[in-house]
Amino acid sequence: MSGTLLVNSWKWGHPETMRTGVTGTLLSADPASAGAVVSAPFGHALVRAAEQNTRIVGLTADLGKYTDMHLFAERFPERFFQVGMAEQNLIGIAAGFARTGFVPFASTYCVFATRRAYDFIAIGAALGMANVKIIAGLPGLTTGYGGTHQGIDDLALMRSIPNLVVIDPCDATETAQAVDAIARYEGPVYMRLLRGEVPIVLDPNTYSFEIGKAKLLRDGADLAFISTGLMTGRVLEAAAYLAGEGIQASVLHISTLKPFDVSAVLSLVSRVRIVVTAENHAVSGGLASAVADAVTDAGVGIRLKRIGVPDCFCESGSLPYLAKRYRMDTESIIETAIEHLELQLGLGY
Amino acid sequence: MTCVAERSQEQAVVDLKARAKSLRRHVLRMAEVVGQGYAGQGLGIADLLAVLYFHEMRYDAVRLDWPDRDRFVLSIGHYSIGLYAALAEAGVFPIEELDTYGMDGSRLEMSGSEATPGFEMTGGSLGHGLSQAVGMALGVRLDGRESRVFNLLSDGELQEGSTWEAAMAGAHYRLDNLFAFIDCNGQQADGPPYKIMNSEPVQEKWAAFGWHTQRVDGNDISAILSAIDLALEVHDQPHAIILDTMMGRGVPLFEQREKNHFIRIEPNEWHIAREQLEVGTP
Ligand SMILES: Cc1ncc(C[n+]2csc(CCOP(=O)(O)OP(=O)(O)O)c2C)c(N)n1
Repeated sequence: MSGTLLVNSWKWGHPETMRTGVTGTLLSADPASAGAVVSAPFGHALVRAAEQNTRIVGLTADLGKYTDMHLFAERFPERFFQVGMAEQNLIGIAAGFARTGFVPFASTYCVFATRRAYDFIAIGAALGMANVKIIAGLPGLTTGYGGTHQGIDDLALMRSIPNLVVIDPCDATETAQAVDAIARYEGPVYMRLLRGEVPIVLDPNTYSFEIGKAKLLRDGADLAFISTGLMTGRVLEAAAYLAGEGIQASVLHISTLKPFDVSAVLSLVSRVRIVVTAENHAVSGGLASAVADAVTDAGVGIRLKRIGVPDCFCESGSLPYLAKRYRMDTESIIETAIEHLELQLGLGY
Repeated sequence: MTCVAERSQEQAVVDLKARAKSLRRHVLRMAEVVGQGYAGQGLGIADLLAVLYFHEMRYDAVRLDWPDRDRFVLSIGHYSIGLYAALAEAGVFPIEELDTYGMDGSRLEMSGSEATPGFEMTGGSLGHGLSQAVGMALGVRLDGRESRVFNLLSDGELQEGSTWEAAMAGAHYRLDNLFAFIDCNGQQADGPPYKIMNSEPVQEKWAAFGWHTQRVDGNDISAILSAIDLALEVHDQPHAIILDTMMGRGVPLFEQREKNHFIRIEPNEWHIAREQLEVGTP
């Protein structure tokens, strides 16, 4: 498909530090749309939650400023614990806090939380249902730093741990609401973090986040998008564009990867069999796999196309370049959806 | 006789200072392209890299996989800007390629990896380097090679447990072919290490782990040379050389600026930085 994309395309990076074609210099290169944004929604929401609940403590592993945890540290210095660059220790200490009745929120980047501290999360936090909240920055391709910093496998890793709640919010609205929900939830949680200037995709007046509940954001009978995390913003843009082309697409947003809202998926795919999943993560082990598990268990056949990072370590580079390179930008989503639809209709679906 | 030796040592220092300045020039060139790019780290570590790549290390720039080479192991991926400068200066790739630093499709990534020729491993997920250096030191020793392994790690990495697991192993196996240079620049992401998670007394810790230790001014080329010479006399123990360095060294504008992991640099300051570097002591 050629021609220009009419809907607002997603814009990335801090305007003053990003130049097209160059890896963002800030470790925190994160999405910022041309539209409305909220600054540090996680940090502010955590402060609000901690004003209500005095048992909340905050921890970080030398990434306070880069995970918006600094806002909590400034507001509640006596309840903030800097553990230095030591991710295993971060999760271990958080588990210890949980076992003394506190509600620890521990932040680092998702690669370091999940890859380095995996055992500490599985055994220290999840096995005994310790009330640990892991806040994990730079999910997927929100950093240009290559294989060491791009969390392309964290959802797969975390989804495979029993007892753990796994959340990938799509915007500032959902991030803030999810913080409130997980602070009240009793048990271990892994939440991906969008930080800095975070776009608003969902209307805070009408949207309401619930752990374990998928939300149908748009209804359409031709095609079903199922998405998580920041890909939902792009998928909504793609669906709006497709509507202009006469293609009606549903958008089911699943921010809780675990526990997975199987019934929402089944009720959608019973009506719309041609499905495109989109996630800011490897196409194996995350959302697409969860969808595949759900339909397989139910014995339902669907025609599935998976959008996300292929089975590789990604390049370094600017975020627009990477999104295009791995076909995860809005324009590529539109192209992929149309190709998939045409192929399936040609096959008689 | 001593006179000649002294003179040649003096000459070496003069030459290496010129090299270090040249490396710093490359660092500024790269950092300016991306608007920041860890200029502070690259400038701070230029003296060590000059000593290693243009004096101490045995390697072949056109045969990087020469099995008897000494190995430089960069734990701290974001310091790659310094290593790119050294590798280009050594002829591993063309100097002009430095202009692609951090660009889409370039092999000179902002956080370096083994995609770049001359990188022995992928650092950047901090705390990996010393373990791999221990493995390499064991490997070359088992093969009966004379190769030595030089690991550069940061003060921030002293907080990772893996660093100390590796330190224990290095001493346990009496790896006198292993050298750890610890860049104590007094900075990490959230502030100075003494506030974030104090790792002092650093030298005593390495000594307690069984290493031969020294602590020197890491921006003083003669001091680095002497420390390496002294370490080479010590057998049956790995060597920790703690370097007190200054981020942004060589450019007073950056040296004096308040900084932590990043130095804030305005677009109109690069020409001042370049001028200050040129007029500074060689
Ligand atoms: C395992 C791991 N945890 C966290 C980070 C994120 N991070 C990148 S640089 C940095 C600060 C490290 O300080 P130091 O290594 O002393 O570097 P300097 O600030 O001196 O450049 C941190 C926390 C990382 N790269 N790897």
